[in-house]
Amino acid sequence: MPVMTYREAIRQGLRELLRDPAVFLMGEDIGAYGGAFAVTKGLLDEYGEDRIRDTPISEAVIIGAGIGAVMTGVRPIVEIMTINFTLLAFDVIVNHAAKIYAMSGGQIPIPLIMRTVTGSGNQLGAQHSQNIEGHYAMVPGLKVVAPATPADAQGLLLAAYDDRNPVLFAEHFALYNTKGEVSEAPERVPLGKGAVVRRGADLTLISYSRMVNVCLEAAEMLTQRRIDAEVIDLRTLRPVDYDLILDSLNRTHRGIVVEEAAKGTSIGGSIIGELQEIAFHTLDMPIRWIAGEPTPMPYNRQLERMAIPNATVIADAAAQMFISPKRRAAS
Amino acid sequence: MDREFSLRLYRQMVLIRAFEDQAAEQYGRGRIGGFLHLYIGEEACAVGAINTLRKEDYVVAHYRDHGHALVKGCSTRAVMAELFGKATGVSRGMGGSMHLFCANNRMMGGYAIVGGGIPIGVGLALGIQHQGLDQVAMTFFGDGAVNEGEFHESLNLAALWKLPVVFVCENNLYAMGTPLARSSAVPEIYKRAEAYAMPSQQVDGMDVEAMYRACSEAVERARRGDGPTLVEALTYRYKGHSMADAVSYRTREEERAWHPRDPIARYAQILRERGVAEEELHRIDQGVAAEVEDAVRFAEDSPDPTFEDMVRLTYAA
Repeated sequence: MPVMTYREAIRQGLRELLRDPAVFLMGEDIGAYGGAFAVTKGLLDEYGEDRIRDTPISEAVIIGAGIGAVMTGVRPIVEIMTINFTLLAFDVIVNHAAKIYAMSGGQIPIPLIMRTVTGSGNQLGAQHSQNIEGHYAMVPGLKVVAPATPADAQGLLLAAYDDRNPVLFAEHFALYNTKGEVSEAPERVPLGKGAVVRRGADLTLISYSRMVNVCLEAAEMLTQRRIDAEVIDLRTLRPVDYDLILDSLNRTHRGIVVEEAAKGTSIGGSIIGELQEIAFHTLDMPIRWIAGEPTPMPYNRQLERMAIPNATVIADAAAQMFISPKRRAAS
Repeated sequence: MDREFSLRLYRQMVLIRAFEDQAAEQYGRGRIGGFLHLYIGEEACAVGAINTLRKEDYVVAHYRDHGHALVKGCSTRAVMAELFGKATGVSRGMGGSMHLFCANNRMMGGYAIVGGGIPIGVGLALGIQHQGLDQVAMTFFGDGAVNEGEFHESLNLAALWKLPVVFVCENNLYAMGTPLARSSAVPEIYKRAEAYAMPSQQVDGMDVEAMYRACSEAVERARRGDGPTLVEALTYRYKGHSMADAVSYRTREEERAWHPRDPIARYAQILRERGVAEEELHRIDQGVAAEVEDAVRFAEDSPDPTFEDMVRLTYAA
């Protein structure tokens, strides 16, 4: 299988979708500039201005126009440069895209892919460092996808195209240069299905997007402490694949939810809430929750590092779960 | 104007008013819930504007959308049933008064976020343009919407890309209870199009034929690929913003001053002057009354949607 970057995998996925003449791309600086993160680089030359449309900086109408356009049967793929800017279109996404199918009594599906870029960690300050995909994952009527690998990024993009619902597709900027195998023939990765990316017997780390890689790093660290961690990549945040998590917890009986997002602002809390109902019987102890500091992201490099979970923090928390209650109390 | 067509315009205005009167009554009896925004006084806007469209053209409306739905071809029964929240309603009882959808007639919804339908209208036009079709999208909104960012984003993009969309602003002078002069630095709404090099026109929204003429021009412009138009219709809603509104922010004198301009009474007079017999107008009025009563009976007798419908309609399969 060819090896390519997350960025190339998405670009290839877009090319695959552009084989459908009904598909066109629309967003800020996706054409002549080549995309703020170079995902759409070269596509303007290949497909022309009608298929690769540079828009004004007007997030609400970019997505709103996408909604109207899919109603006519075409399939725009809209892009908002970063997830922070999707807040300018929050009304359009939450009040409109998510609700039209239900409000219309099922007459009008909104098969709209909304690509955007999430992530923190580049000293971009509070307004460019949010992981707010979880906000959208709380909205009935939306689907939310956040891939961690090149193969998933491509496969989920193709699956989002097959889906008849609005899909918020959150790519992580820090993953664009990561590499992985991607099958030559386009391969769908179903929405709503997570993946066990590392088998383990003792503990389940539940995460998504870039934090999956950090969890894998933590799992490696834990082998030195003779703890065998399983790592789950949720891949889709709405709907969450609870069957997969439950199956894992039934084997490991311990779990940690790990998110890059500021604690309490994303889906970790609701996942833990659901799990205490459906997995209580199998858990040896409460599920732990490791997430970003609940603060506007500071610019300062040291503080920013402290605000984002890392492998050491995850490994230490995991190790704590294997200390006997008495020793834990004493420590 | 062709006699048969004139009578059609007249009938549609009378239908909307009778429908709204009946809706108010049924609301009072507790059969219609939520918010109910009546279109009484503004009938000429939807009737004049939407009659310039073909069946395959699209309409997007705001939450005061009963009239637009009726004129775009939704059945009186199905619109009334929607207000009653019944499974036979245009939106299967899932939308309600503010969210009338009828995809078959290309009534693409009423939206209850002020200005929210405007970008959708732009998108419909984008879809039309991308497919090289000669259809048109018409999107309605009120004077309250023109101070929303979405209005400006939409006008700019539509003008920039020469999209086949007609923006119809129904200026009824009040954004809920706030008068236009207290909410808009430039109360002449049509002038805002100048900022986007877009043609625009201010029209008497109480005159159905004036609305028809202005919108015909706008629709033709859009259809031949010459881009969008902003039409500002000066109109007046006789009732409150919704049934919950006691209308404390304007005077009874002001309200009375608008009555001589009533779109239906005025048009009836014009038709009489053109030789339409009184009995013919009367026959239309009676036919409409029967149609609305039938719609109420239909709505009453219809079943409610089920819990399973609610669950199933969250996501498209």
